[in-house]
Amino acid sequence: MSGKGMNLTLKIWRQKNAQSKGKMETYNVSGISEHMSFLEMLDVLNEQLINEGTEPVAFDHDCREGICGMCSLYINGEAHGPDRGVTTCQLHMRMFNDGDTIYIEPFRAKAFPVVKDLVVDRSAFDRIQHAGGFVSINTSGNTQDANAIPIPKADADKAFDAATCIGCGACVASCKNASAMLYVSAKVSQFALLPQGKIEAKERVLNMVEQMDEEGFGNCTNTGACEVECPKGISLENIARMNREYLSASITKES
Amino acid sequence: MKTSIARKVLMALSGLFLLLFLLQHFLINFLSVISPDSFNEVSHFMGTNPLIQFLMQPILIFGVVFHLGMGIYLERLNKKARNVKYAMNKPGTNSSWMSRNMIYTGLMVMAFLGLHFYDFWIPEITVKYVEGDMSGLLASGEFRYFHELQEKFHDPIRTGLYVVSFVFLMLHLLHGFQSAFQSVGFSHRKYTPIIKKLGNLYAIVIPLGFVFIAIFHYVSHL
Amino acid sequence: MSVLDAKIPEGPIKDKWTNHKNNINVVNPANKRLIDVIVVGTGLAGGSASASLAEMGYSVKSFCFQDSPRRAHSIAAQGGINAAKNYQNDGDSVYRLFYDTVKGGDYRGREANVYRLAEVSANIIDQCVAQGVPFAREYGGLLDNRSFGGVLVSRTFYAKGQTGQQLLLGAYSAMNRQIGKGKIKMYHRHEMLDLVIVDGKARGIIARNLITGEIERHSAHAVVIASGGYGNVFFLSTNAMGSNGTAAWKIHKKGAFFANPCYTQIHPTCIPRSGDYQSKLTLMSESLRNDGRIWVPKNMEDVEAIRSGKLKPTQIAEENRDYYLERRYPAFGNLVPRDVASRAAKERCDAGYGVNQTGEAVYLDFSSAIQRYGKEAALVQGEKNASAERITELGEEVIKSKYGNLFQMYEKIVDDNPYKTPMMIYPAVHYTMGGIWVDYNLMTTIPGCYAAGEANFSDHGANRLGASALMQGLADGYFVLPYTIGDYLADEIRTGPIATDSPEFDQAEKDVNDLIDKLMGIQGTKSVDYFHKELGKVMWNNVGMSRNAAGLTEAQEKIRKIREEFWKGVRIPGDRNELNPELEKAIRVADFLELGELFAKDALDRNESCGGHFREESVEESGEQKGEAKRDDVNYKYVAAWEWTGDPGQAKLHKEELEFNDIELKQRSYK
Repeated sequence: MSGKGMNLTLKIWRQKNAQSKGKMETYNVSGISEHMSFLEMLDVLNEQLINEGTEPVAFDHDCREGICGMCSLYINGEAHGPDRGVTTCQLHMRMFNDGDTIYIEPFRAKAFPVVKDLVVDRSAFDRIQHAGGFVSINTSGNTQDANAIPIPKADADKAFDAATCIGCGACVASCKNASAMLYVSAKVSQFALLPQGKIEAKERVLNMVEQMDEEGFGNCTNTGACEVECPKGISLENIARMNREYLSASITKES
Repeated sequence: MKTSIARKVLMALSGLFLLLFLLQHFLINFLSVISPDSFNEVSHFMGTNPLIQFLMQPILIFGVVFHLGMGIYLERLNKKARNVKYAMNKPGTNSSWMSRNMIYTGLMVMAFLGLHFYDFWIPEITVKYVEGDMSGLLASGEFRYFHELQEKFHDPIRTGLYVVSFVFLMLHLLHGFQSAFQSVGFSHRKYTPIIKKLGNLYAIVIPLGFVFIAIFHYVSHL
Repeated sequence: MSVLDAKIPEGPIKDKWTNHKNNINVVNPANKRLIDVIVVGTGLAGGSASASLAEMGYSVKSFCFQDSPRRAHSIAAQGGINAAKNYQNDGDSVYRLFYDTVKGGDYRGREANVYRLAEVSANIIDQCVAQGVPFAREYGGLLDNRSFGGVLVSRTFYAKGQTGQQLLLGAYSAMNRQIGKGKIKMYHRHEMLDLVIVDGKARGIIARNLITGEIERHSAHAVVIASGGYGNVFFLSTNAMGSNGTAAWKIHKKGAFFANPCYTQIHPTCIPRSGDYQSKLTLMSESLRNDGRIWVPKNMEDVEAIRSGKLKPTQIAEENRDYYLERRYPAFGNLVPRDVASRAAKERCDAGYGVNQTGEAVYLDFSSAIQRYGKEAALVQGEKNASAERITELGEEVIKSKYGNLFQMYEKIVDDNPYKTPMMIYPAVHYTMGGIWVDYNLMTTIPGCYAAGEANFSDHGANRLGASALMQGLADGYFVLPYTIGDYLADEIRTGPIATDSPEFDQAEKDVNDLIDKLMGIQGTKSVDYFHKELGKVMWNNVGMSRNAAGLTEAQEKIRKIREEFWKGVRIPGDRNELNPELEKAIRVADFLELGELFAKDALDRNESCGGHFREESVEESGEQKGEAKRDDVNYKYVAAWEWTGDPGQAKLHKEELEFNDIELKQRSYK
């Protein structure tokens, strides 16, 4: 471990609120340990700003172990920074070098308006789920036994892989079209692969895609950026599956 | 047509259709290298068969116009989906240049099509439907198709433009081929890698083949 | 007679819940529409309660401080969820799950509640599968189970290492269906800052819109608090950064008793702190102890050489290693329960044998397991004369297949390869068994105010078993609260909508506004985190894994002092009418500064060692168990429920005596 730590120049997007215009501001931090997480480095900056009597940088974060999906940040031109398979809270400063300049921006999309500084509003994701991200059963506790319907392990595993989406929005942020296809397809796929979800599969995919479009996300052009930047490695296969589900649903629907 | 996925599927279907057209176009052109006579015969058939002329040709033109129009329309929508740009962006780390620049490679191919129409299609239509000469023959009694083809590639600038255009087409197809399959929902852990390889093969071989034909005719004239 | 009435139904334990459900009041479906219920928190308990109540027909308003209900910290649970399904035919039953949970809790949980928990556990799995939760399956297509937390049966259902995530997304999807129907009104990025009581009943809350800073009034016929635990009182814990005790503390200050605040689970296998900047701790699943051996060097010279980087742990000879768990607990070895393992690690580190820069780390070594599995694999593959390298290679493959994702996570954080050098681990605060006191119906001491999940105290006694938190959260939300709340709400059908312009709402809103103005007005010199860290240090040093009267008394004084300094010296930049994370933290830390004192007071009051609560004064003096925790059933077989009197140091103790009619009280022994 180097004794003194790193000195870094940070270029950070500052924006008072949704209405105001923002701009990039420059800050310097020093003594950054390579063992810090990226968010702990921002904690250091904020402590410094508070002690100087200025407003700290607002950013979203919560679990700090890579599962809640709350942290975002577009770091040096990539969602969740230069490491792969991690969220920003799992990104460590050893990925950077002493003297580096680091650009830190909010996830950019028309459907993700900036709330303040680096905080964006991702409620569009929730609204897409309201449109169909569920199986319509009540929590009676009198549903049939959990083992009544065997599910092939391969299907269960694929459904699980799709279900590991944490809803962080890195896919939208990375896509040149700000498309939410990977996010939506993960949920559509999870349910399409399970017998419990198949029953409503048609309505689900039609409704969720309609809501996705309404929110102002762009179109998918299969660049594959989303898959590369996804901290959970959600596969593009899910998008193909959603396309398939959507096609068959729109052809066979009766009204 | 109203939703993003429907548009994307139509984009893919029109693209796949154009891929098929391109393949047959290439095969016919390639005849000009191995057998000028066969090339002439097939060209005459294609140029005079009413089914091809009055059914396939309009469909093809519609396909091209649709693919272009939808491409531009989608590009505009997609630009709007991110109203504030990143100050620092490194898309090269997660996606290929080809996949991100389909609109530009596509527009270049379209520009080339303008030249191509000017070179071949407009003269064809003029001869056949304005002048009414459906014979396909030169004054000498020979078929005119091979002769016209050779003549066009006498010009080194034109030949050069063709070569450059096919490079753009190659870039377009390197992403477009496999992307079309993904868009219509075809994805399989076993077959998708094969399709990707096939797509790369197609995207390289066909444009290079066209380049070869152009250079062949240019060189054979020297 | 105590003022506490747990309202445990009469009859044999196995019939209590059924009889109770048969006898309680039910609200007519047409009337449910007219009844509003507020649910604070959207984790497993809050999310499942919101969805279930809305499905039943109530008008639900849900609140969470995160940007989406899906981000509640239940999502971070790794291991699994217990249920008495007996799918593995290993003799599991409702009774066995009940017994394990009561015993695991060191006989400080309430029997009737625990039995009900075990009883509804099987329904949870049915429900979740029907919702599309992708649990792990076997090749035959049926659900897989694993053994967890040192019990004798395989009853844990799991979804890789992300069980909490999948269960929470299940509850979230059920909520989404109701939000789409308009039955749940979702208030995200809202924080509850007070409870409103009208005529002695909970009638609403005051919440702050975290985006605009607006103080809002929300009324309802009942309020459910499902806001999780208060582990962040220690500053460093495995909780999320935003996890807080504010909702629970606010209702406590309005009259809800706070039970057993000192019962805290300190999880033995977390990644150690690497420096003062550390913001949180990361858990490594308990399952690692199945194959890892825990040790520190025997000799102080080796410890110093390791710390200065002159020696690597792999260079320390076998005879110079102290496998202290195996030494102290030959019967259970590295698989002793969480509380025992944590205390033993602390004992070694306090003695100076910690192996990292901070002196707070022990090794979790997989080399023996790698060799053992490697030899086995070589034999299975017919490689009789496999080289040492080949055996290591094969062994590492086996370990990778079992714990690959955890090893990868460790390597990302620590930048060290745990296949080659032993992992470093240290205990960290993980879960709080204590919480708001509730009766059998999950109602607090405030009529109409309920508490569910980690926020209440009821099921885990003094120590929680692995894979039981998820079970309790979902049991409360899906299957207990929706029934028991009807008993109360049946009397509310004629009440009509609750007005928010009453003097009670005026007062509560004014109190909240005053609190915020006071905080914003301090304009001191130190950040909120400074005070939070100071509090955390006191909590960890004096009220952590090992507690004594002098330390606890000192802790109370110190916390009071930090609290005074906080109210004089905290600096909150920015404005109250905007997104202001520093203000949010300040409000939470202000509550932790009170809760911490009560925590220490409770720990001082309970002069016995039980579960996660270890009092140095209460240890076995002689015999085989010498030095181990000593429970005192004669004097402390009660729930300590504290009543707010205006000062956490002056809280009034009420005791709920615990009765054990179906389980015999025994000493836990792991020797």
